[in-house]
Amino acid sequence: MDVLYFAWVRERIGVPKEKVDTGAATVADLVRELSAREERYALAFSDLSALRVALDQDLSDFDAPLDGVREVAFFPPMTGG
Amino acid sequence: MRIVVDAAVFDPGAELNGFSAGVSGMGAVVSFSGIVRQSEAGDLEAMEIEHYPGMTERAIGKIAEEAQARWSLGDVLVIHRYGRLVPGDPIMMVATAAPHRKDAFEAAEFLMDYLKSRAPFWKKEQTRGGADWVAARDEDETALSRW
Repeated sequence: MDVLYFAWVRERIGVPKEKVDTGAATVADLVRELSAREERYALAFSDLSALRVALDQDLSDFDAPLDGVREVAFFPPMTGG
Repeated sequence: MRIVVDAAVFDPGAELNGFSAGVSGMGAVVSFSGIVRQSEAGDLEAMEIEHYPGMTERAIGKIAEEAQARWSLGDVLVIHRYGRLVPGDPIMMVATAAPHRKDAFEAAEFLMDYLKSRAPFWKKEQTRGGADWVAARDEDETALSRW
């Protein structure tokens, strides 16, 4: 699936987008898998309360299943307006 | 409903006139335009706005549809810029048209509250001292609870 990062999450991880092969069942599982992979992920995901997640461009949460999801995005709370 | 997400500068006055001319049978038009504010220290050089192409339009569309479901509205306009802006630049605009002013005012406030914390934009302030992401404020989140 495609995984996208925005704002400081993008800066910490170092790429705006990447393809990830994963069997993770939920967003939280994906976060654990990535965090175990490399320090930069662990750093970006160290405080999940400071993060938001969107699945296929809809806001979701970390307990949500990834079944059938094509695009996951991680970002800080939004600051529009 | 018209939703514009663009890097280009826009003219809030011209947009408001165009919007007003396009609605008929409405008794009220309310508009809000947001401007990049200079910092208290006066050292803001630029505001970089990042967004999530695709989700941005989708999220704003859903917020606008929700406003149309909750209030009696003739039309809704949302413009939001991204990219590099400087103090004084127009950053976003909301306009609502309704038969009566209460719906137009409330819907405009609702749109603003939701755009602040539910549309995927992130602001980064550049000052002489460096660049920093703007943190979301608790007030912006609690503002949603009144709706």
